[in-house]
Amino acid sequence: MAERSFRKEVEQLRIGEGETFRGEGILAITKALLQCGVGYVGGYQGAPISHLMDVLADAQDILGELDVQFRANASEAAAAAMLAASVHYPIRGAVTFKSVVGTNVASDALSNLASGGVTGGAMVIIGEDYGEGSSIIQERVHAFAMKSQLWLLDPRPNLPSIVKAVEDGFELSEATRTPVLLEVRIRSCHVHGSFIARDNQRPEFTARDALDNPRRDTARVALPPAAFAHEKEKVEERWPAAVKFIRERKLNEFFGPDDGEIGIVLQGGMYNSVVRALQRLGLADVYGETQVPLYVLNVTYPLIDEEFLEFCRDKKAVLVVEEGQPNFIEQAYGAILHKAGVKLHLCGKDVFPMAGEYTGQVMLDGVTGFLKTQAPNLLPAQIRSPNRDANGSTLPDLSEVVPPRPPGFCTGCPERPIFAAMKLVEKELGPRHVSADIGCHLFSIMPPFEIGGTTMGYGLGPASGTAFKGDESNRPISIIGDGGFWHNGLASSIGNAVFNESDEVVVVVDNYYSAATGGQDILSSRASNPSKSTKHPITEAVKGVGVDWVRQVDRTYDVGRMQSVLHEALTTKQKGPKVIVASSECMLNRQRRERPLVAKAIGDGERVVKPRFGVDEDVCTGDHACMRLSGCPSLTVKKLDDPLRDDPVAYIDETCVGCGNCGEVADAAALCPSFYRVDTVHNPSAFELRLDRWRKGIIGWLQNRREARRAAAGSV
Amino acid sequence: MNIALPAESARGHGRPDPRLEQVIKLAVLAVGGQGGGVLTSWIVDLAERNGFAVQATSVAGVAQRTGATIYYVEMLANAERQPVFSLAPTPGDVDILIAAELMEAGRAIMRGFVTPDRTALIASAHRAYATAEKIVPGDALADRDAVREAMDASARTVVAFDMQQYAVRYGTVISASLFGALAASGTLPFPQKAFEEIIETSGRGAQASMRAFRAAAFTTVHGDGDKAAKPPQPGTASRREFPKVLAERIARLPDSIQDMARRGLEKVVGFQDADYGAEYLDHLDAVAGQDRAVGGEDRGFELTLAAAKHIANAMAYDDVIRVADIKTAFRRLREVEGAGGAGEQSVLKVTEYFHPSAKELCSMLPVGLGRAIEARPGLYARIDRFMNRGRRVRSNGLGGFLLLYAVAGMRRFRRRLLRHEVESVHLEAWLEAALGHARTNYPLAVQMLNCRRLIKGYSDTHARGLSKFDKVMAAAGSIADREDAADWVERLITSALADEQGEALDGALKTIGSFADTA
Repeated sequence: MAERSFRKEVEQLRIGEGETFRGEGILAITKALLQCGVGYVGGYQGAPISHLMDVLADAQDILGELDVQFRANASEAAAAAMLAASVHYPIRGAVTFKSVVGTNVASDALSNLASGGVTGGAMVIIGEDYGEGSSIIQERVHAFAMKSQLWLLDPRPNLPSIVKAVEDGFELSEATRTPVLLEVRIRSCHVHGSFIARDNQRPEFTARDALDNPRRDTARVALPPAAFAHEKEKVEERWPAAVKFIRERKLNEFFGPDDGEIGIVLQGGMYNSVVRALQRLGLADVYGETQVPLYVLNVTYPLIDEEFLEFCRDKKAVLVVEEGQPNFIEQAYGAILHKAGVKLHLCGKDVFPMAGEYTGQVMLDGVTGFLKTQAPNLLPAQIRSPNRDANGSTLPDLSEVVPPRPPGFCTGCPERPIFAAMKLVEKELGPRHVSADIGCHLFSIMPPFEIGGTTMGYGLGPASGTAFKGDESNRPISIIGDGGFWHNGLASSIGNAVFNESDEVVVVVDNYYSAATGGQDILSSRASNPSKSTKHPITEAVKGVGVDWVRQVDRTYDVGRMQSVLHEALTTKQKGPKVIVASSECMLNRQRRERPLVAKAIGDGERVVKPRFGVDEDVCTGDHACMRLSGCPSLTVKKLDDPLRDDPVAYIDETCVGCGNCGEVADAAALCPSFYRVDTVHNPSAFELRLDRWRKGIIGWLQNRREARRAAAGSV
Repeated sequence: MNIALPAESARGHGRPDPRLEQVIKLAVLAVGGQGGGVLTSWIVDLAERNGFAVQATSVAGVAQRTGATIYYVEMLANAERQPVFSLAPTPGDVDILIAAELMEAGRAIMRGFVTPDRTALIASAHRAYATAEKIVPGDALADRDAVREAMDASARTVVAFDMQQYAVRYGTVISASLFGALAASGTLPFPQKAFEEIIETSGRGAQASMRAFRAAAFTTVHGDGDKAAKPPQPGTASRREFPKVLAERIARLPDSIQDMARRGLEKVVGFQDADYGAEYLDHLDAVAGQDRAVGGEDRGFELTLAAAKHIANAMAYDDVIRVADIKTAFRRLREVEGAGGAGEQSVLKVTEYFHPSAKELCSMLPVGLGRAIEARPGLYARIDRFMNRGRRVRSNGLGGFLLLYAVAGMRRFRRRLLRHEVESVHLEAWLEAALGHARTNYPLAVQMLNCRRLIKGYSDTHARGLSKFDKVMAAAGSIADREDAADWVERLITSALADEQGEALDGALKTIGSFADTA
């Protein structure tokens, strides 16, 4: 079950012609797919398109009614490969994944798909995870479009434009026999807006029709000599067809006056930021009516030379707004202008930073910089020659005060005790080389744990330690999550280690879900899923590929056990990979699942035991050793109102879910006796209550006796 | 200029569209898990139901796993068609900034989202401490006052109070209180009723949300001045009556010392008994006498003040008896049961996590026996193998309580036990070393007393603290003839508390070593 449910929202997918659709970008994309008569959809979750996968999963009934197939693919490669259904059959298909990492994984299939070409429209919806809030390497998907000849759509970030791009994209794909990439950025995916809907279309040709009438065509298989023909076909037929389609259908847009000495060319996704900059400079009104000519590339690959040259006619300067690097578009435009012998000032990365997101301020500064040199007369007087330095405003400097707050393990996270145990083993056996992987467990690299030196990609943690062949004195450790394990880790990491007789310790962090991406089910998930096959144990898979040394830890919160298993794995004389599967349910998902049930049970008068932890502030000495082995948001500090005590003491706040990590760590690390657990028994039996009263009576009597004696003690 | 460029004369007047000023730009800075997404969707609903054109964006993903994250909304009344809104806030261009935590308000100010000409800042003044603040062995809590001052200096208007308290009180999330503060702040052109309608239809938990909403709205209007002035709460173990004789002795100490001395005395008497309290006062009287003799009066009796504090802490050392005593105290069990949320119809089971070792056992034995075992490594190791493991004790169950009660009862023999002997010797040596400098270098003597702060924790942590203490005391002695020795020792104490392994301390010690050699 995913972290967020769209059960309610997906009902909007049923609305018909002329009705207004309101919601997030990803929901609008789903509706657009249905309006386009898509035959199958799939993908692999990851921000910012995780919710698109969740929406599709929650919309399975509606998809089913329309005869649309939904698959939760095992990886981006599997998703891209699924588009093979559109190679021979006139079925429209769409898959989605995050980029650039997902596109990296998918690129083998995408190359093959692009080589042979498609019959039905094939679309990859790319969630471009770039800029603020990104969780990955900063690269552009643009290079993939160029190398494989995939058309890259980058619509303006509003719902009507995104929906239109889906519709245009399928037609473009079919008109050019080429798969298309639809790029949506982080904020576009989550932008809330509205558009006027159309009726959903059943696919004219379904996957079932294809199975009933199988087709093949050797010329479409990417193997020489056909592959040579494909390359020629790409440049001689598909590319010109794309240019023609994009021009004729006016996929790119022009705004503002036809004349003007300057103009701005921009990626569609940059449109709102450019307009906001112009609005602030008094060059556009609130509806985006601009006084500066804009050429908006809703398709950023291929570029349309003629369109661009027409836009440049009679202009003395043009600004290219292209986020990220390399600046492929600006470079291409430079070459186009040079070849056409057009003399004009082409600006871009001279006024914009080469690297990094074009935030509101960057955009304003860039556009202002361009106008200052190329058209100062357009600028308001105070910007042309400011009386005071705009940057000279006196904002209070808090850089030394405000602490950084990077993401980390959630309250009660079952991965925390795994790394606490690793930390304790490290103290005992010395530091080891640790290869990390992609997933929530990568938070281990940050304080307080600071474990893990590299991350080479999803499911590649153990693979990235392959060069190191250790023994019982210096054995390296690698981490892999259950998500990465099933994504490609079983073959690339575990199989690889077995085959190469690697002597490393592999810790599989199994939290029952693809947790970092929002809690989607995977093969080893423990829950029953109505449409997917779950409950396949990781240990069985690992043994299946030939690992002899396998240990299953069923409660990661048992730090002592975790510690001893790690210790054994690191010191055993046995050769070959040592695999520890450390399993406990993702606390975020567990709470979401259990909390309502527990509340109901208590309400219904059932006996329920709820644990939580506390710290005795008089026992705690304020050393914070416990926090250096935790980092739990609910284990925090409190400044005492006691002049005898200098340092803040540990304190567990009301968000504690009683996972047990605090007590286990205090015990395993022999920290201090401050921690205690309180089990609250709700709706106890009458017998339990009576026993409790007796117990309290006796304890109270003893306590009073001691107080009385103490008052009388001493000879002073 | 217009004459020279006729083509441009109709354009580029450089005056922003006045409608642009009517766009309300609202940003929410929250920590993952604070309900920033819910708050944003409420604001969107509110704007839409009141006929505004609205756009909201967020950055989802791993940033929401306990990290700082940002949501952004723009809205416009009476739009003829869809305006072009921005997808992200820009410095200097935010009308309403909602911060779900104090340091997030600071972060917003740092990022330029709060400016005096336009920004209404609505911030919860509570703290959710960041990992960086928590993992330092000393006190690394960020300076709240600096942020509060910056808030007043940066914002057009400020609404700031602890909004988390209502979320906790009514069992909901801070998004509800923030929505209440937003409603009552009057920064959005909608009546409070319109806000309440959104909450009423918000589904599960609507009632709790409404309570937190109303409480925060009320405080926004009426303030929470009285809450700030809550009385100090002394620790649970330190509330003890002590005999009049001792009280009279406190009255004879310098005025500025009496409060600290009273607290110290409470702690020491609570730790052992009135006789032990008298011993504490003996120490203190001796220091005070010396302080007067070296002209401490002019220095506000700083030496005696430091002694009053640290001698109490040193005498009330953290031994097994003290822990057992605290765990079985009447007040403590009552407070724990209160915090567990025990109603009439529930039973509480309290479990303690202990991990005793041979060292703890020896420290609990009579001096001779304890030393004898410590002197026999083989025996010691055998005992440790038996002792050294985690033990969970049900402290409010009969068995567990009696066990701890019995251990706490060993107080009677405490002064004959090995630990007490070790602590007493240590105390005497420390006082002698520090006070030896009182006449020649008064500030140094004060700082050497303050070194006691470095000793804390149990087992390994305690050992590490002791070693840091020894290093700093030794260094202090080696530079005693320097005028700035006290400053250096203060710096050493700070660096000793900066990290666990003492890397900062070792660095600072190297510096001192270098000039101690050359001197």
